Amino acid sequence: MSDYRWVSHHGPVREDRRFVTGRGRYVADITPPGTLHVGLVTSPHPHARITAIDASEALALDGVVAVLTGAEMAKDTEPLRQYLDVPAVQWRPLAVDATRYAGEWVAAVVATSRAVAEDGAERVAVDYDPLPFVVDPEVAVRDDAPLVHPDHGTNVMAHREFRWGDVDADRARASGTVRVRTRWNRNSTVPLETFGVVASWDRTRDLMDVWASIQMPQFPDQLARALRLPTNQVRVHFDVDVGGSYGVKRGIKHGVLAGYLSRLLDAPVKLIEDRAENMHGGDFHGPDRVFDVELAYTADGTFTSIAIAVIDDEGAFPGRSPLQLAKPIGAIVGPYRIPSVTYDATAVVTNKTGQVAVRGFGQSPTNYAIEAAVDGVARELGIDRLELRRRNFIGPDEFPYRIPSGTEYDSGDYPAVLAKAVALAGWPELEARRDELRAAGRLAGIGVATCLEPGGGNAIFENIMNPANDKTTFPETCRLRVDGDGEVTAVISISSAGQGHDTMVATLVGEELGRDPASVAVIRADSLTGMPSQSPVGSRMTIVLGQAVRGAAEELKAKLRAIAAHNLDVPVDEVAYDDGDVVVRDAPDRRMTWAGLVAIAQRKQHLMPPGMQPGLEVVHVAHTPRSGGLAQPDGTVQLYPCYSFEAHVVLAAIDPGTGAVDLDRYFIAHDCGTVINPDVVRGMVYGGTAHGIGVALYEQFAYSDEGQPLTQSFMDYLLPSAHEVPPIVDTEHCTPSPYTSLGQKGAGEAGYMGAPAAVAGAVNDALAAYGAPPVHALPIKPGDIWAALRTPGTEGAHP
Amino acid sequence: MADHHEIELTVNGEPRACRTEARTSLADLLRDGLGLTGTHLGCEHGVCGACTVLLDGDPVRSCIVLAAQADGCAVTTIEGVAGADGRLSPVQEAFCQTHALQCGYCTPGMILAAQALLDANGDPSRADIDEALGGNICRCTGYQQIREAVELAARTGRPSDEVAR
Repeated sequence: MSDYRWVSHHGPVREDRRFVTGRGRYVADITPPGTLHVGLVTSPHPHARITAIDASEALALDGVVAVLTGAEMAKDTEPLRQYLDVPAVQWRPLAVDATRYAGEWVAAVVATSRAVAEDGAERVAVDYDPLPFVVDPEVAVRDDAPLVHPDHGTNVMAHREFRWGDVDADRARASGTVRVRTRWNRNSTVPLETFGVVASWDRTRDLMDVWASIQMPQFPDQLARALRLPTNQVRVHFDVDVGGSYGVKRGIKHGVLAGYLSRLLDAPVKLIEDRAENMHGGDFHGPDRVFDVELAYTADGTFTSIAIAVIDDEGAFPGRSPLQLAKPIGAIVGPYRIPSVTYDATAVVTNKTGQVAVRGFGQSPTNYAIEAAVDGVARELGIDRLELRRRNFIGPDEFPYRIPSGTEYDSGDYPAVLAKAVALAGWPELEARRDELRAAGRLAGIGVATCLEPGGGNAIFENIMNPANDKTTFPETCRLRVDGDGEVTAVISISSAGQGHDTMVATLVGEELGRDPASVAVIRADSLTGMPSQSPVGSRMTIVLGQAVRGAAEELKAKLRAIAAHNLDVPVDEVAYDDGDVVVRDAPDRRMTWAGLVAIAQRKQHLMPPGMQPGLEVVHVAHTPRSGGLAQPDGTVQLYPCYSFEAHVVLAAIDPGTGAVDLDRYFIAHDCGTVINPDVVRGMVYGGTAHGIGVALYEQFAYSDEGQPLTQSFMDYLLPSAHEVPPIVDTEHCTPSPYTSLGQKGAGEAGYMGAPAAVAGAVNDALAAYGAPPVHALPIKPGDIWAALRTPGTEGAHP
Repeated sequence: MADHHEIELTVNGEPRACRTEARTSLADLLRDGLGLTGTHLGCEHGVCGACTVLLDGDPVRSCIVLAAQADGCAVTTIEGVAGADGRLSPVQEAFCQTHALQCGYCTPGMILAAQALLDANGDPSRADIDEALGGNICRCTGYQQIREAVELAARTGRPSDEVAR
């Protein structure tokens, strides 16, 4: 059911047609005439001084045009932007003097084809002097650890301690605590398309054209700054299809390198990573965290306080990654009524490739840690996990609800959504199925997770982690133009990676204007002709771009009303907009049509109100809802404006002989407020869940003790296939947000927020029934289960 | 062995004669030599399935087939799936109906793998579908709407009197 004409209804996703016919236009498909290609020379050492680079053999190769080293490039470029004040940490596309991880780019070979560039890269001889290195974050924080950046003096890039609420009193009234150490090992989103960029400098126009597979705020500005170009000489094209991102497609060093080479060589330069380059040297890894969580509770299972300490391994260059420790502050108590919190966050560097934003920006690892503690309390007290959650949920009548860290949750009905998930799963049948599996000799367990998805990303976490960053707005823009024939075009200036933004914008514009969305064209401006945008990160486009669409539509309607009122000779407050026409409220037969109004606005100055600009073109720049304030000294601030919620119920079956896990049943109830397009939203839920299943059971960027990346292909970094992802059954619930144009919330990180916690919970439920200890490190590999089943003292409750 | 090969193959029904380096993959020939950029490269080591094309009707990973190996063969890429008039095939239409994609990067390979399945088995079970698509990774969708699409295409692709109502 929907109160809307188009919003929330099943409707075609307009992007699909070009993709099913192979007519997407990805960056690898863009090859301007005369394009040169880049191959990369990468470091085999986790930490080493570069003592000599000999490119003569490469340069002798037919087709090789140039070989660039980091030292040469550094002369004419600025280091890449850091978001912390760490001036001694110089992040550059090509290593200068020393290399800080195995896989780091040391030199670039440019040739007439990628194949020849790779041939050339093999012929570049680099001499190294190995240095001490560190790959374990818990070792890296120690005073005696080898330093990744010796000039910085420590591997700890940021350490913040927060304390919110009356922690001492809340702990004093607790009857017990559960302490859980969870390990979220290094993984990432690993899109099927690697990162790619084409840069083309035109020295006669002083203009750098860039096509890149990006999902990154401020990419054009950062590119310009690193290249020492005025920002209005870099034009990034947003009409490039991005082959998956889920947060990681930042690629600033790729862009700077390609841009630099294009200027140097006066030719278009293309850099498309191969899979190994992407996995070991793209700086595209994700959170790599050690959590220590202590949850205090009373005898009846009421939570009183939570203490979370986390160490995050950023890899060699922190970049934007430490901010991923701050975003979860906005949902640090999950959906639970926990009156006080301590949060101790440490960002440490190691000799690994860099970390970057991953789906949820640190939220999913945090959700996993919280849920592991919640399940721990249930086990400790012998309280049903569902009942324990219900007892501690923030109630539907308590919104807006301010959590101790300062954020207000907008709306929600957590008990209702959990009830939907339980009903969907058919709990008694699910338990019967579990028992059937156990009777057949397998271990089996049910996992439950109830998690939040903060939506409407702003950047105030920058201010929390570094008070010098006082940016308080993170806007989106929509331009609406109605042409002389009355056709509507919406212009946005972002690139998309499968989120269906064209469909979303057309649907919202249609709904706001009362015009058929199928007739609304959606066009991408580039970064110079476009408007302020921060890109589709942080589950924010339905919320913030939705607000921009609302604002633009209101301005357009106001202009049409003014024209009509002038021509009908009535005050403007006596006319109303009616699906394109404008009518006199009290005399609906007095009406001016869309076509007539458009004609006046475009062509008939004599009928326009005096002083009105001709044309029907409006630009609305919208702030993120509820943003604008700086963080208080204690870190309290309103983080994201909207909070989606999801309840997962999953049944896992385990082969006790091999430790292999099969997910037998998977159910989700999901609430993102008003759904714009149901098929897009459920796709997000399924996809994020599959991604979370990968995190829970399969995916890890592993390193050897020698600092070598062990996962450099899809044969050792295991992405879930149709065999591993079970049928997922989703149901939607709608608690509208009071802070958005139509009550919508974010959905881009759906599924992923709760799946790792739920799957881990299912495995641990199975282990607990067997009498084995829980496993609190992801991914849970068969060997981990095998070892848990053989823990001394474990006695199987069943085979 | 020569560094270059002269090969003749049929691509989407059109005979093509190409000169190719011995080391050039079929995927690179299709993309760079013939401009058929609908074939996508995800891993270039034969795992992800994004580069799937049909070689004499069978799905293959064009990143680990050499162009020279396709000499004398018929290749179908995603560009050859829709009708000449632009009408979508039942599989393509079903992918749109169920929104069985997001970023579109795996989609061409997924559609060709699904087409090969349905060519061999017009009424596949869920297990048949998972088996046929098990070598094609999709990072966006979690496979749910892809399974729905293949089932829908199986129904709509059959003669109309057989289609379940």
